[in-house]
Amino acid sequence: MSANYESYYVPEQSKWPIIATVGLFLLMYGLGSVLVDQTGGADTQTSWIVFSVGAAIMVFMFFGWFGAVAKESMSGMYSSQMDRSFRWGMAWFIFSEVMFFSAFFGALFYARFLAVPWLGGAGDGAMNTLLWPEFQAAWPLMTNPNPELFPGPTKTVDPWHIPLLNTVLLLASSVTLTIAHHAIKKDKRAQVIIWTALTVLLGAVFIGYQVYEYYLAYTELNLTMDSGIYGTTFYLLTGFHGVHVTLGAIILLVILIRYMFGHFSAKSHFGFEAASWYWHFVDVVWLALFVFVYVI
Amino acid sequence: MSAVIDSHHHDDHHHGPAKGFTRWLYTTNHKDIGSMYLWFSFTMFLLGGCMALVIRAELFEPGLQIVAPNFFNQMTTMHGLIMVFGAVMPAFVGLANWLIPMMVGAPDMALPRMNNWSFWILPFAFSLMVSTLFMEGGGPNFGWTFYAPLSTTYAPPSVTFFIFAVHMMGISSIMGAINVIATILNMRAPGMTMMKMPMFVWSWLITAFLLIAVMPVLAGVVTMMLTDIHFGTSFFKPEGGGDPVLFQHVFWFFGHPEVYIMILPAFGIVSQIIPTFSRKPLFGYASMVYATASIAVLSFLVWAHHMFTVGMPLAGELFFMYATMLIAVPTGVKVFNWVSTMFKGSLTFETPMLFSVAFVILFTIGGFSGLMLAMAPADFQYHDTYFVVAHFHYVLVPGAIFSIFAAAYYWLPKWTGYMYDETLGKLHFWLSFIGVNLTFFPMHFVGLAGMPRRIPDYALQFADFNMVASIGAFLFGTTQLLFLFIVLKCVKGGKRATASVWEGAEGLEWTIPSPAPYHTFATPPKVN
Amino acid sequence: MTVLSHLRRPRRLSLAIAAAVLGMVPLVASAEWTLNMREGVTEISHKVFDLHMLILWVCIAIGVVVFGVMFWSMFAYRKSRGAKASKFHESTTVEIIWTAIPFVILIGMAIPATGTLIEMYDTNDSEIDIKITGYQWKWRYDYLKEDFGYFSVMETHQDELYNRAEKGEHYLLDVDEPVVVPVGKKIRFLVTAADVIHSWWVPDIAVKRDAIPGYINESWTRIDTPGTYRGQCTELCGKDHGFMPVVVKAVEQAEYDEWVLAKQEKAKEEFELQSKEWTLAELTERGEAVYAKNCAGCHQANGQGLPPTFPSLVGQGLAVGAIEAHAEIVIKGSPGTSMPAFGGQLSDVDIAAVVTYERNAWGNDLGDMLEPKDVSGLK
Ligand code: HEA
Ligand code: HEA
Ligand code: CUA
Ligand SMILES: [Cu+2]
Repeated sequence: MSANYESYYVPEQSKWPIIATVGLFLLMYGLGSVLVDQTGGADTQTSWIVFSVGAAIMVFMFFGWFGAVAKESMSGMYSSQMDRSFRWGMAWFIFSEVMFFSAFFGALFYARFLAVPWLGGAGDGAMNTLLWPEFQAAWPLMTNPNPELFPGPTKTVDPWHIPLLNTVLLLASSVTLTIAHHAIKKDKRAQVIIWTALTVLLGAVFIGYQVYEYYLAYTELNLTMDSGIYGTTFYLLTGFHGVHVTLGAIILLVILIRYMFGHFSAKSHFGFEAASWYWHFVDVVWLALFVFVYVI
Repeated sequence: MSAVIDSHHHDDHHHGPAKGFTRWLYTTNHKDIGSMYLWFSFTMFLLGGCMALVIRAELFEPGLQIVAPNFFNQMTTMHGLIMVFGAVMPAFVGLANWLIPMMVGAPDMALPRMNNWSFWILPFAFSLMVSTLFMEGGGPNFGWTFYAPLSTTYAPPSVTFFIFAVHMMGISSIMGAINVIATILNMRAPGMTMMKMPMFVWSWLITAFLLIAVMPVLAGVVTMMLTDIHFGTSFFKPEGGGDPVLFQHVFWFFGHPEVYIMILPAFGIVSQIIPTFSRKPLFGYASMVYATASIAVLSFLVWAHHMFTVGMPLAGELFFMYATMLIAVPTGVKVFNWVSTMFKGSLTFETPMLFSVAFVILFTIGGFSGLMLAMAPADFQYHDTYFVVAHFHYVLVPGAIFSIFAAAYYWLPKWTGYMYDETLGKLHFWLSFIGVNLTFFPMHFVGLAGMPRRIPDYALQFADFNMVASIGAFLFGTTQLLFLFIVLKCVKGGKRATASVWEGAEGLEWTIPSPAPYHTFATPPKVN
Repeated sequence: MTVLSHLRRPRRLSLAIAAAVLGMVPLVASAEWTLNMREGVTEISHKVFDLHMLILWVCIAIGVVVFGVMFWSMFAYRKSRGAKASKFHESTTVEIIWTAIPFVILIGMAIPATGTLIEMYDTNDSEIDIKITGYQWKWRYDYLKEDFGYFSVMETHQDELYNRAEKGEHYLLDVDEPVVVPVGKKIRFLVTAADVIHSWWVPDIAVKRDAIPGYINESWTRIDTPGTYRGQCTELCGKDHGFMPVVVKAVEQAEYDEWVLAKQEKAKEEFELQSKEWTLAELTERGEAVYAKNCAGCHQANGQGLPPTFPSLVGQGLAVGAIEAHAEIVIKGSPGTSMPAFGGQLSDVDIAAVVTYERNAWGNDLGDMLEPKDVSGLK
């Protein structure tokens, strides 16, 4: 335990949590109804409305809640101990994200190294010839056990074009962010703004390319979510990563704006650091993706 | 310096709660939030229990009398889900909220607003989940383990809402766990070193780690279900190169640590109570800490013992069998330590102690049946029979639930400022003890005799013991109304409780007055 | 069969309560084998039983020791008897001892367990291969070498389920056609499923294997003594999970050979029925039986179904629409729902029969019929 015990700030009553709950509930319930209606062939309009109301409340909540936190921290109500609480909180949150992704990586490895070979007749399951006589195990899986139900992709994404470019983009963005981080410690405002903005830009370009890659995959490679386990793992892994990049970019943008409003000082800028931790985490996930989803 | 801080504190803390309903909606106080968790948990316990009673009533005798098979499956599923996610987990989080700040000498949880959010998500999540019962096609009917493809391709439409409800619970527990970890690692009073922390705090530190590690995996697996249902993916569809068994691997990677999430805090509670009423320090504190940690580590390596019959390769089968058996060792250490704590003590048997002793005995019995299940070849006979149902109810009901009763009786005086009615408490214990064993012990017999789980009707040779189990269930069930009465009585008033309440009680929470003031340890106490 | 279940309800209730009160002693006396695992009739099942008893006794022994010390402490060291608490609170040596001892015990248990497991996994050089397929909610058995197969459905009557009739001796455990196997032969089971996961279990031969759609699990047995052995589906598979029993009939080789011949004969006859000229009456009559056996489970005997999961067939939908479409959904099923593809399950005659029946039952009197010979064209 470190030595200082200045008073620990315990906030008074706050209305944000309950607002957040209502928002989250409407968001989830709305999304659920949208999906159910769609699959059930019903009209989705009202469900979309519920969903959007939920989303709106969430946005409102985030501004309000983080606004309050920002005010408190700037009016010096926080101790260094409070700062540590935030750090622990962010660190463990990122750990939970890691576990979320590992579930999908696990699925990828299981499908690739166990399930698909078994379907192809490996191991004890040699008698799978009884069920899928024509099926050949392979990865990437181009022809599925039941091609009528799940027509496989015609080609797979070439790692050495867009994905490689995206790798470079993300790595670069990590560097730019680190530069910004050093700058903030030295209070070089102009540099912080430039390099952070550049990071966000790189992130945006990455997402752009990712969307373009999906477009090509759907139109030219017939690589879709319903083209079997290969498409499944491909889209779910890269998709969730894409979502995280988007979030990370938005967070960084907000942080950048707050910085311009002078929310952070050379000493106290945990908001900035949290955002950059998150960004680096997203970056590492991408490297894993690039290797396991695209290359090998 | 402390003087300065004190004055500083007097003006912005040390005032009572806000008035009116908004107190509960907006509160950031760990005691308020703890109480809300506990009341929510008890409500869910009653709800899940009533579903259990529907099950027991239907199984009272052979034949289909009360509910239709499909509704029976919904009852089984909801009972399991509500008890696990609605009753046991929130109860432990509630206790963590009340006790951890007081035990480590912190003014509150590390992130009080997030703490409130973690709680309020739960009532909404469960309203959503329970509401599925009234949707067209009915609620989840695929068991609390919701194996694909029964829970995907063949599920009722409401499964989508079930999935989102699970997502909400996940968010809630992850935030709750983050809060606990941050509090324990960062909010301890000066001198409260890690190895001085009460066992309850230690067990919750490890539990919180398990939660953060596996709840996201649960979120992952329900997300895979969602995309398989609505977006044409084929995680669990062999036609597309997927595998239904993949679901089970991901689910149980969450599921097994989950069951230890439901028992480690119980270990912590018992490790607080037994020393108190033995008037003797806990035996082997350090080894208790290491044992708990090793249980947590091992719990990540044993998940497939729920899947011995899915046809894993021999090597996998053996690995998971050995790993599972290993868990008996650290758990044994804990049991032995509790017994040696009582050995040569000076024992009295107030209600909390009664429940704790019963916990040690009945949990161990449940552990033994667990070990039997761990023997893969034997599990081919036990799997998915009532023997398994007997096993996990022994570790969950006289295990988790009894420890929660024990905790409630043990700390109620500290919470309310009044002593509960000891005679009624003892009555509650003995009725529960008899009820629980009448309900779940016969399940070992019908299980071994070959009665599968999750069936609304059974062959005649299982009739007798099922009747006994049902009688026991109603006895145990009604008894819980007595508990409700005792708690309300104690909240209303009674004999005033002293600060230290129990003769042998050790720890910071017993140094503050009863009832504990709304804000405690605004300035950290010195621990030496 | 146990004593109690023969008695009428009130007597049983009062008895059971008495039993409950008396801590179940009379039950323990009354119902011998329902207390423990069945020893079974194969070498493996005996080994499993012995393993079970071994662990059981080890646990009981440990329990006696642990609880013994505990109860002694509770008795001898109560404050009321003036016990003074001593202050000791750790001892590395004992900690090591009681970490080591359980470990050794566990090794002692792991060895026999490993041996048995390895044997269970050795499915090599079998003499008979039976493919077992789980359906909602029935089993199909295909004898691969002898090439014939058939469905096996629970026979217990609805009236028994709903307490309108006295429950038979084998309540819920009877099927129309059991799996017949010869004694003393190594039989390999290839277990799979057509829709959801099921699990094929017969306690007496200690075989339980999950039936996973799209995958095949192997298991084997060699039964020593002739007899009828009953089990159930042990993986939750939906509404009627409780009603898909397994019955294995082990017979002498000669009897088995006769049975196989008969089966192959029957298969031939079924095939010949295809070319027969059918009248509407004959088809609907046959169709009613097929419907009762294969469709009533979901669409109900009165055709009303259980909407929305199981749609009604009365006066609406495909059942009264174009006959091709109607036949097609029966043959191909509808992917993504619980409507299975009966093309692979039923003979052309039965498909024709059941379609015709549905179009002419419950007031759907369309009067048209589907010719068996036309079915193959629609497949
Ligand atoms: C609180 C919850 C909890 C706890 C603590 C445990 C503890 C254990 N469980 Fe249990 N289990 C469940 C909850 C729990 N379980 C649930 C809910 C299911 C069913 C899920 C479902 O399918 O719905 C289940 C199912 C389950 C299975 C799958 C059965 C099947 O479906 O076929 C298995 C198999 O190995 C198993 C094993 C164990 C073991 C080895 C332990 C060990 O941790 C026990 C260790 C303790 C002891 C052994 C006793 C004390 C030790 C000593 C006194 C030392 C000396 C002892 C010896 C050397 C023998 N459990
Ligand atoms: C911590 C978890 C927990 C708890 C506390 C319980 C508590 C109980 N459980 Fe549960 N159970 C599970 C977890 C739990 N269970 C799980 C995970 C499953 C597996 C589900 C699945 O297969 O998917 C399961 C399955 C399960 C089954 C098997 C169902 C099946 O396979 O079809 C049965 C059957 O008897 C059962 C019974 C009971 C009973 C009688 C209680 C009793 O202890 C309940 C007592 C409580 C009350 C009765 C409520 C309080 C009283 C009132 C509300 C007053 C009103 C009462 C009266 C009027 C009498 N449970
Ligand atoms: Cu088939 Cu359960
Ligand atoms: Cu487990």
